[in-house]
Amino acid sequence: MSKASKVLRKPSSFMEIYKHKPGPEKDRTHYCPGCGHGIIHKLIAEALEDMEITERTVMISPVGCSVFLYYYFNTGNLQVAHGRAPAVATAASRANPDSVVISYQGDGDLAAIGGNNILQAANRGENIAVVFVNNAIYGMTGGQMAPTTLPGQKTTTSPYGRNPANEGYPLKMVEILNCLDAPTYLARTSLHDVPNMRKTRQAIRKAIQNVKDKKGFSLVEVLSMCPSQWRTDGPAAQKWILEKMIPTFPLGVVRDLSDEREPIARPVPVMEPTEVKRLLGLISDEEVAGASASRDFKRREVAPQHANPSIRVAGFGGQGVLSIGVALANVGMEYGYNVSWLPSYGPEMRGGTANCSVKIQEATVGAVEATEPTVVIAMNRPSMERFEKILVPGGLLIYNSTLIEIEPTRGDISVVAAPITKLADDLGNTKVQSMVAVGAYIGATGLFDLEDVVSMLPRLFPGKKELLDLNERAVRAGYDHVVAAARSRG
Amino acid sequence: MATRMLMKGNHAAVYGALLAGCEAYFGYPITPASEIAEGASLLFPKLGRTFIQAESEVGAINMVYGAAGCGKRVLTASSGPGVSLKQEGLSYCAGSALPCVVVDIMRGGPGLGNIGPEQGDYNQVVKGGGHGNYRTIVLAPNSCQEMCDLTMYAFELADRYRNPVFVLTDGVIGQMMEVVELPEPVENLPDKSDWAVMGTAGTRNLINSIYLAHDEMEWWNEQLRKKYELVQQKEVMFEEYMMDDAEYAVIGFGAASRVLRTTVDMARAEGTRLGLFRPITLFPFPKKEIAALPGRGVKGILTVEMNTGQMVDDVNLALCGTDVRSGYYGRYGGNVPSAREVLDRIAELGWRSGS
Repeated sequence: MSKASKVLRKPSSFMEIYKHKPGPEKDRTHYCPGCGHGIIHKLIAEALEDMEITERTVMISPVGCSVFLYYYFNTGNLQVAHGRAPAVATAASRANPDSVVISYQGDGDLAAIGGNNILQAANRGENIAVVFVNNAIYGMTGGQMAPTTLPGQKTTTSPYGRNPANEGYPLKMVEILNCLDAPTYLARTSLHDVPNMRKTRQAIRKAIQNVKDKKGFSLVEVLSMCPSQWRTDGPAAQKWILEKMIPTFPLGVVRDLSDEREPIARPVPVMEPTEVKRLLGLISDEEVAGASASRDFKRREVAPQHANPSIRVAGFGGQGVLSIGVALANVGMEYGYNVSWLPSYGPEMRGGTANCSVKIQEATVGAVEATEPTVVIAMNRPSMERFEKILVPGGLLIYNSTLIEIEPTRGDISVVAAPITKLADDLGNTKVQSMVAVGAYIGATGLFDLEDVVSMLPRLFPGKKELLDLNERAVRAGYDHVVAAARSRG
Repeated sequence: MATRMLMKGNHAAVYGALLAGCEAYFGYPITPASEIAEGASLLFPKLGRTFIQAESEVGAINMVYGAAGCGKRVLTASSGPGVSLKQEGLSYCAGSALPCVVVDIMRGGPGLGNIGPEQGDYNQVVKGGGHGNYRTIVLAPNSCQEMCDLTMYAFELADRYRNPVFVLTDGVIGQMMEVVELPEPVENLPDKSDWAVMGTAGTRNLINSIYLAHDEMEWWNEQLRKKYELVQQKEVMFEEYMMDDAEYAVIGFGAASRVLRTTVDMARAEGTRLGLFRPITLFPFPKKEIAALPGRGVKGILTVEMNTGQMVDDVNLALCGTDVRSGYYGRYGGNVPSAREVLDRIAELGWRSGS
């Protein structure tokens, strides 16, 4: 007797009273007579109770008949958009890795609108259990065709029967997911008789146990009755599963790697402020210990025409055009100027030409694009032809005379020609032409001290000592060339 | 090592999020917002926080829904086409009152458009582009510093109102670099255990946007409406430049407002008393403050946008009933107006002090 009374008891994982359910009937479900959902709900609820995990379980209620799953389960509940349960479940599991996340989805939700979401969550091996209820039809919306509807099966949107030539074939989700490396457990079971309900019970328990043990992604596809939309009764519905569905959707455990999978360890977020700053590199270990030293950048007297420059740097992609701008902006920052850097971005920089705008000024920077530049650094001919025109009168044009064989045309600007590419080649590496250009710019303007720029290089190019030396020699070469040329002009 | 760094606006948003205690990033790559995902993939794991490159924009926003529902500060970012895809999820977030932050680095549209900077998402973001009666709070940074600061502040607003908050800007602000002074990390995060689902006995809550009974749905809409009214009353932010004696004003947000600052300097150099009014919150829109401009002596207002005229509708609504002259000037398709062409437009209108 005591055994029988236990079986008939409602599992404690269910709500005592379905308080979220509108209307007066708060002691019964919204499901139709003969529907499989009630059985599956109960199998889940009993498993949660037996495993003592009700309190840390999070149920995901999608769109479909199971949209009201949250009426029943005395767990955390997230009601979600159609098909998106696996994405939401992913985040729920990542947010609180000790929670037991169960995504409960119908066939339209999982295999049609949410097909990609389930595939990707499975492929990531998310630590979630998915209960996939396949009844070959859209129940909630009134019996339309599902991705699992059988060929020839009549629904309200396949009134002549599903025609594979028009609508394709039923999607076999367990088999599809079995192509992936990540899933831990994949099974298909059925509710068409009591022995198969027991197998369903075992499979659901296995899937939930895997989540509890953090063994990763488990999915149980349950062939389930929908007498209302199949326009039949309970016993006939069970017979239809046996005779019609199972030949298309064979039963069985297709994968069980539960024993060989190691528990998934998720990282613990670091939130403590000092540790956050240290890990982000905002303070060094020395600064944590209370010591700090940095170079003192002193602003220089600058000729008025070179003060507050608005610079346009342009050239081929690969000439380091953007790096020239970044270097100048970084040094400007150390001098305490207001600086901005704006690149041309996207396809333009992946091939063809590249250019960037740099502003280095006393005042707050307004417009960041140098539409009326005071300086143009042209690394190739098309760039000089394009940007010489927009230099302000009295502006400075620095051009790469190695690659630009023509002369500038304007008479109202000052011009510095430097064999930038050749100077880099002489150092043995064309790539450092960008740093030659930086040297040429400071040589021509005196805006920055050469040694200040050199001292910045380790920060601009963290890493290899060899390259650092090369870049330093490049900056000096550009600087020396321009300064020597100016002297020789007297 | 320094708390002052030269960085892209997109990267500044990542730092802002981390310093605000954001624990998870879910996103999908799209130019010109990709540096946010890239920066997040680099820095979130360093702090033991979650980064997932989602299967789609739709997947990403639903992961945001999940993490927000589970009580975490969470970020996603995209650009126009991606934000269009996220709109259903954003409606769910708003409907379920979930705090989250979305960064939109606007590009050229419609359709695939191009990757140049534009401001054509104003309507879809500011008006609540998904289904149903909801609004998102929208912050519009115009510098890399604000990309950091306003992203941080977005998390605070999101939690305060339990609502999605957008950080809306354009490709210029996302792609440019400026010096950013990084603020101190947030020390205490709000307790959400009374409503969030956190996998514990005490947080067996329900996150939901279903109200089957029409009266209940109406009641919930009324709650949301009141919330947005409160936001409108309390959270308006704007910046003025040279507005105290302004005879004419330009209004713009994002990169356009940077250009307009230069236009103001140029106009002032010519003796025209031009000022800049910059909305920082686009919802709530500073409508009272704009309505008050004519009373402060402003005779003409030019709204300048990098779209075919979207925010100007809100400016004109605010100015309804005043006798101020209101105009619009825009560049789009990836083009940014220059300070001089705006100045020329103002000259065409005959807006000149002393004339």
